[in-house]
Amino acid sequence: MSVRGKSQTRSRFRRPSAIPGFPLAFGYTLTYLGLIVLIPLGALVLRASSLGMMGLSGVISDERVLSALRISFGLSFAAALLNAIFGLVVAWVLVRYDFPGRKLVHAAVDLPFALPTAVAGIALAALYAPNGWIGQPLAAWGIKAAYTPLGIFIALVFVGLPFAVRTVEPLIVEIDREIEEVSATLGATRAQTLWRVVLPPLTPAILTGFALAFARAVGEYGSVIFIAGNIPYVSEIAPILIVIRLEEFNYAGATGIAVVMLAISFATLLVINLIQSWSRRRFGYV
Amino acid sequence: MSEAPKPHRPTTEARWVRVTTTLVSLVFLGLFLVLPLIAVFVEAFRSGVGAYFASFQDPDALAAIRLTLMVAAIAVPLNLVFGIAASWAIAKFHFKGKSLLITLIDLPFSVSPVVAGLVFILLFGAQGLLGPWLRAHDVEIIFALPGIVLATVFVTFPFVARELIPLMQDQGTADEEAALSLGASGFKAFWTVTLPNVRWALLYGVLLCNARAMGEFGAVAVVSGHIRGETNTMPLHVEILYNEYNFVAAFAVASLLALLALLTLAAKSFLEWRYGDAIAARAAH
Repeated sequence: MSVRGKSQTRSRFRRPSAIPGFPLAFGYTLTYLGLIVLIPLGALVLRASSLGMMGLSGVISDERVLSALRISFGLSFAAALLNAIFGLVVAWVLVRYDFPGRKLVHAAVDLPFALPTAVAGIALAALYAPNGWIGQPLAAWGIKAAYTPLGIFIALVFVGLPFAVRTVEPLIVEIDREIEEVSATLGATRAQTLWRVVLPPLTPAILTGFALAFARAVGEYGSVIFIAGNIPYVSEIAPILIVIRLEEFNYAGATGIAVVMLAISFATLLVINLIQSWSRRRFGYV
Repeated sequence: MSEAPKPHRPTTEARWVRVTTTLVSLVFLGLFLVLPLIAVFVEAFRSGVGAYFASFQDPDALAAIRLTLMVAAIAVPLNLVFGIAASWAIAKFHFKGKSLLITLIDLPFSVSPVVAGLVFILLFGAQGLLGPWLRAHDVEIIFALPGIVLATVFVTFPFVARELIPLMQDQGTADEEAALSLGASGFKAFWTVTLPNVRWALLYGVLLCNARAMGEFGAVAVVSGHIRGETNTMPLHVEILYNEYNFVAAFAVASLLALLALLTLAAKSFLEWRYGDAIAARAAH
């Protein structure tokens, strides 16, 4: 009995295993995670809590901070929405249709992952500037993209696109074509099949892609600052306001904005996890 | 009936729908992805090949390239070792709180790069928690190499681990148990069984980690202090040149980073094409 009792206490944290190296690997993982990620983020939270509720709400209720947060979240939401829609279309086209250069296009979707944000930023600024390749025709239509919220939106679409495509794509690959055949045999039109048979199981992935693109867009800095013009109350995003506050040595101001953004990041992570556990219950996969 | 029937109309869209959506996708991707990439090279060569290469004669540009290489050479191996340790612990053992640990490892991906830089300022900066102690002991972290490395390690933290964890979870422990029962030591089992099983996924993670480490801008911008020739990485040097209206030089340095991105994508696509099964046992992860 005593042996069994002992093994039960041990297994409370970890199931016994023949594989060695758990203490070393687990210890190293926790130490490194703590030193690089958890303690630094903890320092931010500690600093914010030393401001107190009053100090924190004072920082956030500043009109310039509020408008920066509004611009960041509003445009990120809009960009993620566009990405979710086009991401679905692009993923569908890449999986289902054959056209010349498909493999190349497939690889190109990951470009925003690989291209440094500062490079994307100056390239977009050059393209959409009033004398740029796209900026010039737009200007003829009376549309100003660079140094306006529209420019920020374009940059956020750029950085978020691969998230939207790459989350949906593997699920489209795995769709059982027979289900579509059954639906057609039972008399559904193609549109009905797409809407009522194909789309519902893709919804969790579309939502996850949306949330990932949104999270990335909210925090984005490098690709936005060159095209945004960074005009307070008009095209100033929250991350650049943190940088401005730091340059003013206003650490409390920077910390306040950062904590709000961190809270939104956590909330987005939570939403993604909820979507995935809902999807696991509803469809049996993530 | 000897030939497989072609997919007939009811299981695909009408031709005009296929053509339209394909064209819309291509125009969308061309506008948002390909055009910016082309713009980088066109702007870099705007004043001719001579001006392009002259941009790299500048000692500050060379210093930026050196610093970027050095930062990546430190940050990538650190995260590589972490990725192996984390995936070994998570994939080969069962313990409580595993999914929380995986979430925490992915955390840096959802933190804004600027916030990532800020946390190190709050820890090590002049007004930071450890600032007075560091100054008393003459240790420079912020506005110096250690700060840049720390910020880079933070933003590239999950890359290797997240490639390895799902793959090693799928592979299970049977191979290692066989090696151990045949008398191999734990380290030998890892070195001769586990590591070869995951080598392509490892390379894949390292490639992505390296691309991000060399290209990181926001986090590094906050902690670097922008000292020309000393704490300027390549992306920061691009920013400085651009803000000085030195567009040819800015895009010339940027073109090197764009080239790195293209090489990364090419290598990534090659690995997916050649070793797709060895990289991800499951289609989605």
